[in-house]
Amino acid sequence: MKEMEKKFVFLEHTADIKFKAFGSTMNNLFENCALAFSSCISGDKKIASKKKKIVEVSGDDLEALLYNFMDELIYLLDAENLAVSSAKVKILKNKLKAEIIGDNTKKYSLNHVKAATYAEMYIKKITSGKKEKYEAQVVLDV
Amino acid sequence: MEKSTENKLKIDKIDNYIWQIKKTGKMNVPINIFASEKILDKIKEDKTLSQAKNMAAMPGVVKNIIVLPDAHQGYGACIGGVAAYDLKEGVISPGEIGYDINCGVRLLASNLDKKEFLGKRKEVLNEIYKNVPSGVGKESEFTLSDEELNEVLNTGLDWAVKKKYATKKDQECIEDNGCIIGADSSKVSQKAKARGRSQLGSLGSGNHFLEIQEVESIFDKKIAKEMGIKETGQIVVMIHCGSRGLGHQTASDYIMKMEKEYGWEHLPDRELICAPIDSPLGKDYRAAMAAAANFAFTNRQLITYQVRKSFSKFFPKSKLELIYDICHNIAKFEEHKIDGENQTLCVHRKGATRSFGPGRKEIPEKYRKIGQPIFIPGSMGTFSYVLIGTKKAEELSFGSTAHGAGRVLSRSFAIKNLSVDNLKKEMNDKDIMLKAGSMKGALEEAPEAYKDVNEVARVSDELGIGQLVARLRPLAVVKG
Repeated sequence: MKEMEKKFVFLEHTADIKFKAFGSTMNNLFENCALAFSSCISGDKKIASKKKKIVEVSGDDLEALLYNFMDELIYLLDAENLAVSSAKVKILKNKLKAEIIGDNTKKYSLNHVKAATYAEMYIKKITSGKKEKYEAQVVLDV
Repeated sequence: MEKSTENKLKIDKIDNYIWQIKKTGKMNVPINIFASEKILDKIKEDKTLSQAKNMAAMPGVVKNIIVLPDAHQGYGACIGGVAAYDLKEGVISPGEIGYDINCGVRLLASNLDKKEFLGKRKEVLNEIYKNVPSGVGKESEFTLSDEELNEVLNTGLDWAVKKKYATKKDQECIEDNGCIIGADSSKVSQKAKARGRSQLGSLGSGNHFLEIQEVESIFDKKIAKEMGIKETGQIVVMIHCGSRGLGHQTASDYIMKMEKEYGWEHLPDRELICAPIDSPLGKDYRAAMAAAANFAFTNRQLITYQVRKSFSKFFPKSKLELIYDICHNIAKFEEHKIDGENQTLCVHRKGATRSFGPGRKEIPEKYRKIGQPIFIPGSMGTFSYVLIGTKKAEELSFGSTAHGAGRVLSRSFAIKNLSVDNLKKEMNDKDIMLKAGSMKGALEEAPEAYKDVNEVARVSDELGIGQLVARLRPLAVVKG
């Protein structure tokens, strides 16, 4: 897969999970962060798209929005037995609304995520030739 | 592996096993690193020392930052680090304590020996695996109502004793008697309670485990006997886990609140978000942290209850006595000598164990003459160690020592480069029975992913910040 088409990639981190996600828009970037999260908890298995839930988070800046979005996915995992498979995200100013699509955690053997962190987090716009794309890096405490 | 600028930091050797980064730039205090040369080389491979530098630049930090032999990169603050704060000038920082509030370890001593245990090892292990949930989405039988959950948060082991999940004797052998004063369940969010509600009595995944071990060597017979470790071949049980989703969410919640109230631009790292210790938000976090810590103490107690039940099914006369239960992610208010004067400080230990010597009032009466029991678990398949706290630790490291082996390989590297077959063979060759929810998860925890725990324990002993008492060898492991 060309670098441009990759949605996310896992990076080296001694103790936790670190990933970089890419997107053509900010919404798309956050959606691919959700895909990375899904891959992180499920390993090689694919989580089915059987359940849906609408969530809303807010944040004073984009990093806070991303932190709170990851935090929400973790909450759904532990408290509502919902494992995310993918998400449809709409960001408006300092609010994010997302449709989380996934399945019941009890059907899978999943990896645990303790918390989102701000460690090494960034969100940036990258211009490559004529194309604009967005990139984010996240470390999750496992 | 992460490229780091650690090699540019000037590190002076100031004594055997003690190195120092002197106060420079924005640092308020120097950094003391406790390590052998071998360990220091490993520490320099990731961002541990840059993180220690950031910790040294925090407001109100006192004397020095401590980096312990098992230190490795965390987020914001390194794991295996200690920072102590002045109560008036200093701050309390959830990231410097860790998301897994009161992740800790306890050790139980049994009246069984290896030979009789091995006869029923598979049955006992399967029974424990059935009764103690591990991994994600595996609920325990202890799902509580709101009222009971609040009681656990506010009173910890008091609740467990009331419900007969613990004895008074158990309670005496836990840091803070398993109930940190000042805990307030109303300071823990509904979100955190929702995450933790069905997780009480469960191990969780990652590096959490339950191990049935034999006493392989005893280095100090007298002290070992005081702890209930009587002879080699004796069966002991080690439990390592924390406050589960409730603690993690609590840390997250307060990081968000503190950022909103105080911002972070004045701090060396966003992840070191904090509040002044005596501010309203600082006080709220202290109360919430204490509540989450009580949840973790209770969690380890409920797992103990299940383990005792599981053993007695196959060994009706078995007794599993709690030696001690220690925290390794917590902030405590303790008196320490600074410039000859006793001062109460807020000591943040993140992946670090309290190591108090004889005489400290915080140690239970049972151990006050000898010091605090300490456990340093090894990684899966390796030795674990029992040590005793020392007066020297109080002088050198705010009464702290290492908590484990410390990681060297990233999880992704471990999965790519180590093999499940090799791990299974290694466990087989060592005659260790393993029950893991996920072999991939187990692979991330393979011994190769960790520092050499023997070296960590040896350095602790050579330095005098924790004296070796016994060495334990795993016979059976439960992992999430």
